[in-house]
Amino acid sequence: MFFENINWSYVLILPLIGGALGGALVLVWWERRLLGFFQDRLGPNRVGWFGILQSLADAIKLITKDDWVPPFGDRVLFILAPIIVAGAMLMAYAVLPLGPGLIIADSNIAILWILAMSSLAVYGVLLAGLASNNKYSLLGGLRSVAQMVTYEVFMGLSLLGVVMLTGSFSLRDVVHAQEDMWFCIPQCVGLVIFLIAGLAESHRLPFDLPEAEHELTAGFHTEYSGMKFALIMAAEYLSLILISALIVVLFFGGWLGPKFLPSELLSGIVWYGLKVVLVINFFILLRAAIPRPRYDQLMSLGWKILLPLSLLNILITGAILLGTQ
Amino acid sequence: MNLSFFLFYISAAVAITTAIMAVTRKNASHALIYLVVTLLSIAVIFFLLGAPFAAALEIVIYAGAIVVLFLFVVMMLNLGRSSVARESQWLRPGMWVLPAILSGVLFIVFGYTVLQTENSAMIEGQVVPPKEVGTVLFHEYLLGVELAGVLLLAALVGAFHLGRRYLEERREN
Repeated sequence: MFFENINWSYVLILPLIGGALGGALVLVWWERRLLGFFQDRLGPNRVGWFGILQSLADAIKLITKDDWVPPFGDRVLFILAPIIVAGAMLMAYAVLPLGPGLIIADSNIAILWILAMSSLAVYGVLLAGLASNNKYSLLGGLRSVAQMVTYEVFMGLSLLGVVMLTGSFSLRDVVHAQEDMWFCIPQCVGLVIFLIAGLAESHRLPFDLPEAEHELTAGFHTEYSGMKFALIMAAEYLSLILISALIVVLFFGGWLGPKFLPSELLSGIVWYGLKVVLVINFFILLRAAIPRPRYDQLMSLGWKILLPLSLLNILITGAILLGTQ
Repeated sequence: MNLSFFLFYISAAVAITTAIMAVTRKNASHALIYLVVTLLSIAVIFFLLGAPFAAALEIVIYAGAIVVLFLFVVMMLNLGRSSVARESQWLRPGMWVLPAILSGVLFIVFGYTVLQTENSAMIEGQVVPPKEVGTVLFHEYLLGVELAGVLLLAALVGAFHLGRRYLEERREN
């Protein structure tokens, strides 16, 4: 029978894609509302209940908009770029555990897979900058490469402490290894470094230098409009959700509840969702609270402080592991 | 005849086609995109051979870091129509003869050795988990790992030296 051979985890693919894209849509509205609250103004509150349909209205507007391809640019690469950004981000979701047993591909290289996909997503940004044949886009693309070369090194290294404590690259094993203690306590340095790298990875303020709207109009996606622009924006919010979920899985025990509460209080997936929402709100708060650093300041912060710090973190974690074994 | 057999031939065909395209393109950025696809399909082949760790590293390091830097340089130089014209001048049909003969000879030798070996690598190899790769690297091949580390350090020192000379020159001016 066909149904006996089917791997049931593949059934998750469509709900996951739909959920992630829907989540990105809701997140656009939620971020604008929350920023309005932080900055003592209203934010979008007209369309629907508390303005919750604002994103839907924006999406309809973007779909029906004229989809302009610059005649002076590289047509093929211009169309390819948003597809690469969004595709790579969605591919990374394949190894993300959603709850106990809810995972599409329980890979033993899951952490490496996510790093690989996030490094492929940079191609989209780079090609968007290159294909637009526009000086602001080009500068945005260049910045994103320089930024990516900087953060990718310590992003990988900051996770090594977690990998060492778990003894595996599998995200399911990472969560199971946190049953006694969440990794945010022994790996607090790794958490802070990964948080900063995640900000740079998802182009969030304060590290949104590739698209810094005050200096570069909109950076690498200056020339984009209509659905292509919507795809790039969706990819950005997808990466925000991905990074938040990763932080929860790697450092805050995934679907495990806090130990001092009875375990049957809330189900695993509710804990997981609550923690992810909390981390996302923290990212939005950071956007409202911290100004954007200069481009070379990010580079020197990355290479001179965060890289040695993450190496030191690995060294100390390794020494403690050797000592206690 | 199973799925991974077909997947192997598909990704091998993609790898060869995109490699040829990468060599023959006149636009540098298009050539690099083809090169990325080549590297990705090689990663798929690694995966099928049972080496997921090597596949992931292939994507992270080659496709994700090295070719990105190539593309970075292409963007910095802002190669436009003039460089495409120069490339097409270089890539005249006459230029293809000698490389084609040499690679043809190499291909025949390679095909002969592959056909001669009885137990060539199986597509359904054992899956090697990352832990095992690490154990082997830091036991049997420890010397090689250390030597590679020294080599990389030398490269790092060299790059630093070049960069510092540039900085000093700029400070004097």
